[in-house]
Amino acid sequence: MRVLAAMSGGVDSAVAAARVADAGHDVVGVHLALAAAPGAHSSVAARGCCTSEDARDARRAADVLGIPFYVWDLAAEFAARVVDDFVAEYASGRTPNPCLRCNETIKFAAVLDRALALGFDALATGHYARVDGGRLRRAVDTAKDQSYVLGVLTPDQLAHALFPVGGSTKAEVRDEAARRGLAVAAKPDSHDVCFVPFGNTAGWLRERLGSAPGPVLDAETGAELGRHDGAFAFTVGQRRGLRLDRPAADGRPRYVLGVAPAERTVTVGTRERLAVTTVEGERPRWSGPVPDRPTECLAQLRAHGEALPAVARVEQGRLRVTLRTPAYGVAPGQAVVLYDGDTVLGSATVTATG
Amino acid sequence: MTYLDHAATTPMLPEAYDAMSALLGQVGNASSLHAAGRRARRHVEEARERIASALGARPSEVVFTGGGTEADNLAIKGLFWARRAADPRRRRVLVSRVEHHAVLDAAEWLGAHEGADVRWLDVDAVGRITPDVLRDALAEAPDAVALASVMWANNEVGTVQPVAELAAVAAEHGVPLHTDAVQAVGQLPVDFAASGLAALTVTGHKCGGPLGVGALLVGRSVTVAPLLHGGGQERDVRSGTLDTPAVAGFAAAVDAAAREQPQRAQRLTALRGALVDAIRAAVPDAVLNGDPARALDRRLPGNAHLSFPGCEGDALLMLLDARGIECSTGSACSAGVARPSHVLLAMGADEHRARGSLRFSLGHSSTDADVAAVAEAIGPVVERARRAGVRRP
Repeated sequence: MRVLAAMSGGVDSAVAAARVADAGHDVVGVHLALAAAPGAHSSVAARGCCTSEDARDARRAADVLGIPFYVWDLAAEFAARVVDDFVAEYASGRTPNPCLRCNETIKFAAVLDRALALGFDALATGHYARVDGGRLRRAVDTAKDQSYVLGVLTPDQLAHALFPVGGSTKAEVRDEAARRGLAVAAKPDSHDVCFVPFGNTAGWLRERLGSAPGPVLDAETGAELGRHDGAFAFTVGQRRGLRLDRPAADGRPRYVLGVAPAERTVTVGTRERLAVTTVEGERPRWSGPVPDRPTECLAQLRAHGEALPAVARVEQGRLRVTLRTPAYGVAPGQAVVLYDGDTVLGSATVTATG
Repeated sequence: MTYLDHAATTPMLPEAYDAMSALLGQVGNASSLHAAGRRARRHVEEARERIASALGARPSEVVFTGGGTEADNLAIKGLFWARRAADPRRRRVLVSRVEHHAVLDAAEWLGAHEGADVRWLDVDAVGRITPDVLRDALAEAPDAVALASVMWANNEVGTVQPVAELAAVAAEHGVPLHTDAVQAVGQLPVDFAASGLAALTVTGHKCGGPLGVGALLVGRSVTVAPLLHGGGQERDVRSGTLDTPAVAGFAAAVDAAAREQPQRAQRLTALRGALVDAIRAAVPDAVLNGDPARALDRRLPGNAHLSFPGCEGDALLMLLDARGIECSTGSACSAGVARPSHVLLAMGADEHRARGSLRFSLGHSSTDADVAAVAEAIGPVVERARRAGVRRP
C-alpha cells in the first residue's frame, strides 16, 4: 500500500510513520505548513517564514526513517476553514474546537483528497485512536485518547485512515522513538491551540475582534456584577477570570452560564444552573450506520470530558441527546460525540442545551 | 537515478576531485611564513592564476570566498558601503527583479538597515533586462546610484542577460555593475575583462568544483568594503584562512569547465532540445518559460523550465522523485514550502503558471538516457498531478 504519513514534527506522528514503514508499506512523509506566511507573494524578495522548527524536526525524523519527505503548504486552506471559523464562532458566542475542525476540513479532507488523487491509498497520522472493522474506537491509552476530535470522520474518511499508535500508550511510543534514534522522543507534547501563541486565546481574539466591553450579569437578579472587555473571550462553564466587583451574596463561586456577544453580555450563576440534561446538535455526522430510532449510548461533550449515559435521536436532520445524568458547562460550538462502549457512533456540533 | 538538477549543484569533475584530494592530507596555512605555509600559498596562488586565466581576469582581481552567496553579499554590501563612503549621495541600488535571493535579500537588507534606496529593474516576458531599462533607471539620478546588479544568466528560467551592453551603459555614468555568473561559468563563454563589469560572482559547485568555495572577481580600480574582518587575507577584502584544497579543486573545475565549455554547450543545447521536444510530445500544453531561442547569448544550454497547466509543481516533483527523476520547482522557504517563483511572477506569469512549473537543468554528466527517462515518466506524472488539481482555498 502507498501511505502518506502526516508528520507534525512530534513524537507520535514520527513513530506512526515508522510503524507503517516497518509494516512494509511504501511511505512518504509530509509536513503540513499551516501557519500563515505574511507577505509571501507581495514583494520581489519576500518569503514567508513558516513553522520551521517543527518542519525541521519532521524532516529529521523522515531522514532517520529513510522515507521521502515533503512539505505541503495548506496555510491558505487552514486560514479559511479553521482559523476564520474559529474567530467567527467565538464572535457568535460559541466555543469551537479547532482540532476537530482541522481533522474534518484539512487533514482528512484537503490532505486526504490530494493524497488519494496523487495515488496514495491511505493517510497515517499520530492520533491516539483506533480503526477497527471500519469503525472508530478509543485509543488503548485512554488518557491520550483523541477519538473525540476524530468523531467527525465519515466511514469514507475512516476507510483511508491509519492510526498506528492508537494501540499503544504514550510511554511506549516515547520508548520506541528513543529506540529508533528519533530525536523527537523527548519532545514535549503540544498543548493549546496551535495557531494561538502562548495559549493566550482571549488576547489573540481581542486582536482580531477588538474590544467590546459590556456587563457581567447575575442570572438570578439581573444585577451587574462586573465588566468585561469582550464577551467572546468567555466560555460557558468558565469560572476563572470573571473579575467580579462584588462577591456573590451567598459566597459561592459563579460560573459563566451564557455568552451573548451581540448584546455584549456575559451571564453568570451558580454551578447548579450549569446543569443540562438535553443537548441539541446540528450537522450530525455518522461514522457507522445512521440510527433510525432512539439509541442508548454515551455522550462526550468536550475533549477529555466524561462520557455520560444518554439517549440520542435524530429529528429533522438535527441530533437530540437526552442525558441520564446532568452535564455541567456544555458550551455551544463544542462537539457532542456519541459512543457505544468505546466505539464512536457519530457526532454533531452543539447548538443548544437545556 | 536521473539527476536533472545541475543548476542546484553538479557532480565534481575528476580534475577537481584529484586536485582537491591530493591536498587534503597536507598541513599548511597559506598565510604562514615557513615552508609549509609557502607550499600552501603556492597552491592558492596557482589556483588564483588558473581562475583568472580561465575567466579573463587578472590574478589580483580574484577574491576567494566561501561560495556564491558570500560573493554576492560582498559585492552588493561591499560596493554599496565603499561607494557611499566616497560620496554620501550614493544610496541607490539598482537590482533586477529576477536575481537570486543572495542578491535580492542582500539589497533588501541594505534598504532595511543601511538606508539604501533599492530600485527594482523590470524584465520583459522572457526575463531579460534591456539596456534601456538600466539606462532609464540610471538617468533618473546618476549621481545617486551606488551600484547596479544584474545576473549573467538566470538560475530558474535560463535567460542570459546582455551583461556587456549593460556594463557599457553603467560605465557611461561611472556606476559599477556586478553580475552573479554562477550559472554561466562552464555553460557560456565568460570573459571578465571583455565584459566591462566591476565585479563578478563565481562558485565552485555549480561548475564541477567542491561546495563551500567561490570567488568574487573585483576589477582593479574597484573598491569594496569587507564583510569579514580579521587577518587581512585576500587584499584585506575577505579575511579568513583560505581552504587550500577547496581552492585548488575550485580552480581545476573552473579551468576544465571553461576549456570544455564550447563542446559542452553544443552537446547540452542538443540534449535540452530533445528534452523539451519529448516533454511537449507527451504533454502538448506544457509551456516553455524563458527565451525559446537556442543561441548561447539568449538561454543557458542546460536549462529547460516548463509550466504544466492544471498541476502544482510540488506534486510533479514528488511524483518524479518517486520515479527516480530529480528536478526542481524553484525556491522554497526555510521550512520547505514551495513558493511561486519570483522570477516567473516578474516575467508576468500568473500565480498558477508560476506554481505549476518545473526546472530540469542538465550538466556535464547528463545523457540521452536522462532525456529518455523524463520522456517516459512525464506524461503519466502530469496526468496524475492533474487529478490532484491546483489549490484554491
